[in-house]
Amino acid sequence: MSKAARFGIVSAGIAAGAALIAFYIVSYLTVTPPVVAATGTAPQVNLTLQTVAAFGHPPHVDWVSYLAENAHGKWVHSTVLRVPANSTVNVTIYQFDTATGLRNPFWGRPRGTAGGTINVDGKTLNVLNPDLASHTFAIPDLGVSVPLKGVADDAKNQCSVAPCSLSEAHTTVKFSFQTGKPGKLRWQCFVPCAAGFPLGFGGPMQSLGWMDGYLEVVG
Amino acid sequence: MTEIVSGRIPRHGRRIIGIWLVLTAVAVPLIVLVLGPHLPPGRMTAEAASQRDANVLMTALLVPIALLVVVCFVYSFAVFRQRGEVILDGPPLKGHAGAQLFWIVLTSLIVLALAVWGSYTLIAGSHGAGGGQGPDPVAKPNGYQHALPVQVIGQQWEWTFRYPTYGGLETRDLAIPNHVLVAFHVTSIDVTHSFWAYELGVKADAVPGVDNVAYVHAHKTGFFQIRCAELCGLWHGHMAKKGRVLSSSAFQAWIAAAKTKNAAVMAYLPKYNRVYFPAPLRRAG
Repeated sequence: MSKAARFGIVSAGIAAGAALIAFYIVSYLTVTPPVVAATGTAPQVNLTLQTVAAFGHPPHVDWVSYLAENAHGKWVHSTVLRVPANSTVNVTIYQFDTATGLRNPFWGRPRGTAGGTINVDGKTLNVLNPDLASHTFAIPDLGVSVPLKGVADDAKNQCSVAPCSLSEAHTTVKFSFQTGKPGKLRWQCFVPCAAGFPLGFGGPMQSLGWMDGYLEVVG
Repeated sequence: MTEIVSGRIPRHGRRIIGIWLVLTAVAVPLIVLVLGPHLPPGRMTAEAASQRDANVLMTALLVPIALLVVVCFVYSFAVFRQRGEVILDGPPLKGHAGAQLFWIVLTSLIVLALAVWGSYTLIAGSHGAGGGQGPDPVAKPNGYQHALPVQVIGQQWEWTFRYPTYGGLETRDLAIPNHVLVAFHVTSIDVTHSFWAYELGVKADAVPGVDNVAYVHAHKTGFFQIRCAELCGLWHGHMAKKGRVLSSSAFQAWIAAAKTKNAAVMAYLPKYNRVYFPAPLRRAG
């Protein structure tokens, strides 16, 4: 093989490798979950979410996750939520995961919600026994923190693949909170719920679209 | 072509020293009197004040040294610049035992003096300088037995605070009383965080299973910033909030309001402890 041919092959290999690395970095930095907007009209809008113990699909079949319902009633695998500024957001969360308890029982008290309470399966609560919680829905910058009651360990007809249906075992948590000025706020779960990771803190607990997300408050 | 310089040699050393002395005489007072009051972290607490004093002293000591280097460089650049086509060789360099000894003694004295002063300040002067000293502090301030304990609990990704003196009250907000010695007991219930209360001059790692004690004595009321100074995961950059130094009466009122606000959850909180190894670990896989 001539010197020029060898040079060409090596150059092509380096260029291909560089392109793959660039593609990976750009993909990592730019791919975010789709935005799911609240339904209704400001100043009263509705958000509907569900939590599932295992997503059940690639790329992470066994990761715990939130899902959001869009305006067409379809469940979307996303945690990027859009709500209007200076509005009341009525949230309904269908909880399909079982209880693992709160790592810090302090989060058992609902905060930042209308009246400082939540409605769990039709009952109004100002505190949830921390042992009964499965996840939390928290927007720290708004002072919102809501414990989510888990499904009993021995409940029948438990959901195994997202999206879960309301015919499967679940609890229903309802609450409202108030948005302020426009901005992009983070929200998260405060329960170390990442099965298979050291102390439950990896994977879905550290990834947008799973147990962390953004609340886009738009004007 | 090379040529040895002959004739009278200007006293470059004296010129350099003269310029340096003038610049130093101007710069050091400016640093102490003008820049000093703006150096971090302020004077909200005795510990922060000691850190600012250290910053002022170090800057005032380092600037003359930096100026000497800069003056030598600029002077050499301007005066010893080669002009024309002829390559000239400078006068031969000779060692000067006196100058070398003077420089060694001077720099040694500076380093030793800073070490003595720094050690005194750290241990006896500011009692740990606001840094975490672990579960059994070496530098204890006078009256440490009566310090108000405030536990700082790091968790992904939020700080909460417990007040064992007030029934183990836990809050999302941090407030401390003015003119009262406070002992922060910093810990974590998950990964390693670092509690950094900027204007208080406090920075202590929050490590799971460790009670890291840092003392602080506030001198004036107001707000201070709280940050996490240890990369701790996805929302590390959001682990920030503001704390408050309150007057004694305002602090008591704040405690009473916080007790009312958090009454519902008090029954579920674990007994106050210096460290926690909380459940659940079922998810640990």
